[in-house]
Amino acid sequence: MATSYNAKEEDGHHSGASSHGAAGVVKSKKPDNTAFKQQRLPAWQPILTAGTVLPAFFVIGLIFIPIGIGLYVSSNNIKEFEIDYTGVDISNPCYSCAKNFSWNSTTPCVCSMNFTLEQPFESNVFMYYGLSNFYQNHRRYVKSRDDSQLNGDQSALKNPSKECEPYRTSDGLPIAPCGAIANSLFNDTLELYHIDSNNTRNTIPLVKKGIAWWTDKHVKFRNPGFIKLNKHLCTNKPVNWRKPVYELDPSDPDNNGFINEDFIVWMRTAALPTFRKLYRIIQKKSNTTPTLPSGKYVLEITYNYPVLSFDGRKRMILSTISWMGGKNPFLGIAYITVGSICFFLGVVLLIIHHKYDTRSNSADIPN
Amino acid sequence: MARETEDPGMAKASKVKRQRKKKTKENKTRTVHANLLYDNAKGEENPNRHYANNKIKTTKYTVLSFLPKNLFEQFHRFANVYFVFIALLNFVPVVNAFQPELALAPVVFILSVTAIKDLWEDYRRHRSDKEINHMDCLVYSRAERSYVEKYWKEVRVGDFIRLRCNEILPADVLLLSSSDPDRLCHIETATLDGETNLKQRQVVRSFFDLDCDFDPIKYNSIIECEKPNNDLNRFRGYIIHRSGRRDALYKENLLLRGCTIRNTEEAVGIVIYAGHETKAMLNNNGPRYKRSKLERQMNVDVFWCVIILLVMCLFAAVGHGLWMFQYGDKRPVFDVLSPDGTDLSPIMSAIYLFLTMIIVFQVLIPISLFVSIEIVKICQVYFIHQDMELYDEETDSHLQCRALNITEDLGQMQYIFSDKTGTLTENKMVFRRCTVAGVEYSHDANARRLAMYQEMDSEEEECTSHGGTLPRRDSVTSHQTPWSVRLTFTHFSYSVLSADKPSSDLQEKDITPDPQLLDKVNECSSQMDFMRFHSQPMSQLPSDLADVIDFFIALTICNTVVVSSPNQPRQKVQLTSTKSIQSNHLQVNKGSSSSLITNRSSNKGCSSMLSSPSAESTLTKLDEEQPPRDLEHNFGPVLPCYDGKAWNLEEGELRYEAESPDEAALVYAARAYKCSLVGRLPDQVTMELPHLGKLNFELLHTLGFDSTRKRMSVVVRHPLTDQITVYTKGADSVIMDLIKPPDTGSSKGKRQKKIVNRTQNYLNLYAADGLRTLCIAKKIMSKEQYACWLQHHLEAETAIQGREELLFESALRLETNLQLLGATGIEDRLQDGVPETIASLRKAGLQIWVLTGDKQETAVNIAYACKLLDPEEEILTLNEACALFNFTTFEIYPSSSPSSSSSSHTPPFMVHRLGLVIDGRTLAYALDKSLEDKFLAVARSCRSVLCCRSTPLQKSMVVKLVRNKLKVMTLAIGDGANDVSMIQVADVGVGISGQEGMQAVMASDFALPRFRYLQKLLLVHGHWCYSRLANMILYFFYKNAMFVALIFWYQFYCGFSGSAMIDQWYLIFFNLMFSAFPQLITGTLDKDVSAETLQQLPQLYVNGQNSEEYKPYMFWMNMIDAFYQSLVCFFIPYFAYADSDVDLFTWGTPFTTLALFTILVHLGIETKTWTWMNWLSIAFSIALFFTVALCYNASCPTCYSPSNPYWTMQRLLQDPLFYLLCVITPVAALLPRYFYRACQGTLFPSPVQVGRQLDKLPAETCRNILSLSRVKVGSPLSPKPPFLSLAKPSPKGCNIKDQRSFPSSRASIV
Repeated sequence: MATSYNAKEEDGHHSGASSHGAAGVVKSKKPDNTAFKQQRLPAWQPILTAGTVLPAFFVIGLIFIPIGIGLYVSSNNIKEFEIDYTGVDISNPCYSCAKNFSWNSTTPCVCSMNFTLEQPFESNVFMYYGLSNFYQNHRRYVKSRDDSQLNGDQSALKNPSKECEPYRTSDGLPIAPCGAIANSLFNDTLELYHIDSNNTRNTIPLVKKGIAWWTDKHVKFRNPGFIKLNKHLCTNKPVNWRKPVYELDPSDPDNNGFINEDFIVWMRTAALPTFRKLYRIIQKKSNTTPTLPSGKYVLEITYNYPVLSFDGRKRMILSTISWMGGKNPFLGIAYITVGSICFFLGVVLLIIHHKYDTRSNSADIPN
Repeated sequence: MARETEDPGMAKASKVKRQRKKKTKENKTRTVHANLLYDNAKGEENPNRHYANNKIKTTKYTVLSFLPKNLFEQFHRFANVYFVFIALLNFVPVVNAFQPELALAPVVFILSVTAIKDLWEDYRRHRSDKEINHMDCLVYSRAERSYVEKYWKEVRVGDFIRLRCNEILPADVLLLSSSDPDRLCHIETATLDGETNLKQRQVVRSFFDLDCDFDPIKYNSIIECEKPNNDLNRFRGYIIHRSGRRDALYKENLLLRGCTIRNTEEAVGIVIYAGHETKAMLNNNGPRYKRSKLERQMNVDVFWCVIILLVMCLFAAVGHGLWMFQYGDKRPVFDVLSPDGTDLSPIMSAIYLFLTMIIVFQVLIPISLFVSIEIVKICQVYFIHQDMELYDEETDSHLQCRALNITEDLGQMQYIFSDKTGTLTENKMVFRRCTVAGVEYSHDANARRLAMYQEMDSEEEECTSHGGTLPRRDSVTSHQTPWSVRLTFTHFSYSVLSADKPSSDLQEKDITPDPQLLDKVNECSSQMDFMRFHSQPMSQLPSDLADVIDFFIALTICNTVVVSSPNQPRQKVQLTSTKSIQSNHLQVNKGSSSSLITNRSSNKGCSSMLSSPSAESTLTKLDEEQPPRDLEHNFGPVLPCYDGKAWNLEEGELRYEAESPDEAALVYAARAYKCSLVGRLPDQVTMELPHLGKLNFELLHTLGFDSTRKRMSVVVRHPLTDQITVYTKGADSVIMDLIKPPDTGSSKGKRQKKIVNRTQNYLNLYAADGLRTLCIAKKIMSKEQYACWLQHHLEAETAIQGREELLFESALRLETNLQLLGATGIEDRLQDGVPETIASLRKAGLQIWVLTGDKQETAVNIAYACKLLDPEEEILTLNEACALFNFTTFEIYPSSSPSSSSSSHTPPFMVHRLGLVIDGRTLAYALDKSLEDKFLAVARSCRSVLCCRSTPLQKSMVVKLVRNKLKVMTLAIGDGANDVSMIQVADVGVGISGQEGMQAVMASDFALPRFRYLQKLLLVHGHWCYSRLANMILYFFYKNAMFVALIFWYQFYCGFSGSAMIDQWYLIFFNLMFSAFPQLITGTLDKDVSAETLQQLPQLYVNGQNSEEYKPYMFWMNMIDAFYQSLVCFFIPYFAYADSDVDLFTWGTPFTTLALFTILVHLGIETKTWTWMNWLSIAFSIALFFTVALCYNASCPTCYSPSNPYWTMQRLLQDPLFYLLCVITPVAALLPRYFYRACQGTLFPSPVQVGRQLDKLPAETCRNILSLSRVKVGSPLSPKPPFLSLAKPSPKGCNIKDQRSFPSSRASIV
């Protein structure tokens, strides 16, 4: 190919020169002989045939299968425990709470569930609450918030965005935080006790800091400067809330108001109707003892959050995490599957190549 | 005149139209007064004030009107309205899906891109307008009593302007005075019609005899003429003098805007039409807009996209209704009430959701598709324009794309309709042989020399390829006969720039005279000289000799050739010495007419009231008894001049500028016999004869050539015999009918009959040789006859209504009872590479029909020469003689093959290949409604079709018939005005920018310098454009469907609430920015097969003809692939993030990334050639996405509700899961396509893929294979044309002639 190009270029130059010589000063309209203008840019021209493609399939197969195995193994090393405390069944300790409860009840209903961990959880344990059938991704729900207000903007505090309708004002006062997301804040309280061999309940310390994104906690969410003068804040609490926003965590001013981490986590709307949200972290105490040794545990739930009306479920999940996040064997399996398919197709192509793809070698063009 | 008000083509500026309408009510003609009569050009009483002034404004917009007008125009495109509708839908709170302002972004972007393009174009027009408007010209000023400089835009109708040499005309001007002693003005009309020869324009007759300078102040006539129209070749009107006398005005009096004054020092005229009303401006139509086949097909699929969109929206709406319904009255917390707090019923919310979904899924209708296609087409046009191989050195011209949006149609042609003359042939005429008075002069030496040139040409080509050239060329030419040497250095006007290829030009001018004929000419002229000397009447000359000399006189003067000298191009030969004699001569003539003398004397003193037009004076002269001429007196003064040195010097270097190349060829031929044309004035032609010296023929009348009469005539007074003689030259078919039936009684009559018969024989022979034949005839008229005819003719000329018809009839009256002198055979050489081009185009599956006005024999021979017809073929000839049989032919053919004629899609195999030759008269039958189907059936069964003697209208009817009935893509190629209608009718019109002016080019979509470039244009550029665009469109559909489907799958997991996990910014800019560039690059640069292979394997063109790159099923295959890929792209991240704490938009961002990677890799699989630009564009796309995402995600913590993606991308980039997803998803998504492509490449490769494999092979092997494959033509690659089954080609009357005997005669044409 290259040789023929060169020959042409010479030819072109030559005739161009001679025409210039003859035409004298007349400027020729002759197009430039550049590779770009003549569409002769050097190019890689892959031809997809069984022969040329099959190495790619084998290579992909050979790379993917080990990755898949690695992922699968590391996912399997993650320990996870899950307990449903919705209280659908009569046998469930929270059945009565779930039955009698609605958003309007004022007295908290407490129930506790016993469970046993078969295996000890070695590293830091993350405690999640999980909701199912809860469409936090509903279009109107997702929109129903005012980020400026959550950022401590005072004008937005007094005059929340229209997106918050119909949770924008109540009794003539603006709602803070406004909108449906804030209004439906998950307000169950979960406490975990380890029952040791003596049958004594040991409270497991749950860390409630560091569960939200750092940027959320420090950049996106901010309290208005005078949050401490909370009483004078001329706002109303969201309809479903029992206490105003400045009483979310009265014990810790850094975790109160809009920068309450439970609130921040909730405000990050989940992608799918079945989701979990980080609730607490159980930190590893020392190198010798596991964070959660195997044994009996009690989960004490202050049951505030009704889900049965829309057929939802509530769960508590304990999980360790690895470099690739929580326990999810899917990606490993996917890699192994795709790798195997590639490998298989590679073999198929090899057969095809041997049977049919002889042309490009022997230059026998079917004509 | 009525026509002109209806003519929509002229509707240039609406302002002009309105004005014209207003005026049409008042009167049907335009009256022009001199502005000088009125104080102020704009004064109330000035009758010219209503006419448009000379300021031109071709811009569409003004500063104020730009926005509304441009928007209005853009909203004519349905797609734009649709997108604006969707954007506006976002402003309705109940249904909005995006931030309304953001949703406007794409449509605003698209609209503004188009607007900016329009604005820029308009600005350029504005600038060029301004430049033109501010050019200077001299306008007579009443105040200053002289000509003053003014801008063009200040020129008004009725102004007098003075024009100097080489000045461009600012407006349409009626020529009133010229510095030229003959009252002539030469103009060059190249800017109007591309013809480079000079044209003569005449001063209005009444001002003809004005002796002193024209004085505008004294002008007080009124001009009445037709309304402005766009016909360049028509101008009618009359000038009314104060005395009440009227004089007719012709197009010869009008100088058109845009032309250049040449050869004339100064001219004065009055402006008749100005500005937008000038003929040049009215002719100025913008580029044509056509919709290509591919785009039509694409629109169907856009429509399907709309259907898919509606189905998806409906599905989601129903889903949402059901989802709402399952909750019943218990409203879950996440189901937010409508803003006003009311509870929506499931049905209402379903309806609202339907609208929301239309917004969310809008991307499915590719908003940027239309813009992208336009961009790609502009780039394609640019590349076609830049192709060096489509550049012609000789004329310094390259291919022009005049229609910008049908490039891809070039790749889908099925039928080519070609003109012959000038398209297949050079239209450079070479005189080859002639017959005079029934004696053939074969010009063997000439033929031999031509053959030698050809050899030389080929030798030279070899030389050129090795390097050295020019010196050798000179040495070769120098040993020619003395005649040819001397003429070598003359230049033919058509090849001004063609110095590179002298040999082909030489052939035209340089003719070796036949010795026998040369002797006769010499003998004849010496005898005449002798007789003149002895004052013997010329009639004593032997009739064959007289015929010879008459023949050459006719060749020399019966034309419109203008003589100029080449060393000063564009300068008229100034016959300085002859001039005085001439006027002397005139004086003598005029002196003999007493009435004239009185006329002239009354004109003395430069009164502006003028009279004595030459026609009238001629009449009066005729009435007078001419005094017996003293021959010495007539010729005496000329002879010394002939002997004069200056004259001899000039003689060899005369250059002839002819309107048509045959004229020039004949004049050059006559010159070879020393009968040369030395000067032409409006009333006189000077020619030089051997021994006789210069003869002045008084030119009484010229009846110009036109295509209906197919002849031209001049009426002259023969200086030797003093007879009024008509010389006619024309097509043999016409002239032969006009020959005076010989009086069989007398010997003279017998001789005449013999001449006619013999000439007819020779004519047939010439035609069989592929020569163009012309007959030369003459007629001698008595003065009374002439006077009588002239009277009628003058009436016809001055008529305003129906002048053309009257003139035609008048011409008919003159051109009868002619005496045949002889005939000429002119060769029109085939253009370089025509047979090869036709062969490869045919191999490409193109049906080639030649439609020509030439006679059958000529056409058939050219067809053989250019390999259109094959000796192996059976020729089916349908001509006049068989007209009666035609009906039966058409009946018989289809009925004899019942299986195939009606359903000829699966024809049985045919042994005999057919060629069809049909002539104009038969074509008229065939194009009849009742027969056209049968004609087509027969024509389709033939490998090639040749229509001869067809009129321009028939040409276009044939094209229309084939296009409409067979539903095929047609291309018409031609070079002359007679091809314009055909070019306009065809899907793609190609003009050859050749010898016959620019009309064809003006009407065409593409203009080529040579026919052979058609091969590369179609086979390479057509193929590329088609496959690039087809692939790009399919990719567009795929890309959008795949992206939108991701959101659709998500609806199953968000309660069909219309929620989108992909941030609205990504959603909107994905198409517009992130994924826009690579596909543009691929759409512009991708080459599926190299240009060399495409040309060597024309069979690959079938790919485009059968629309194999873009078939309807491919759209659906792409859709299915898109849905599959989106499923993979959705569910892999879905399961990977299932039941995790991921939030909506952190989960959605990987989707955008994955989709981007997937579609880029998809594009990679479909890209056939990877240049650095492809790599760059892909890298740029990815980089752009991440840059934008990172910036966007870091920009504002509280903005961009609802996604509020602050720091999302940054976090994702720290997540190994994200990378793992980015690797596996594209692989899994594209696995089937990649696998399919690989299998396809091996198991059932398309011809194009085979071609690509050929590309890869080393050049040597490739050549071997190609030479092998050429032997096996008609292989799977080549199409099987639907042949009619002809059971046995039994001879049916004269319909089938076996023309295998032709090759012998063909050998001479090459």
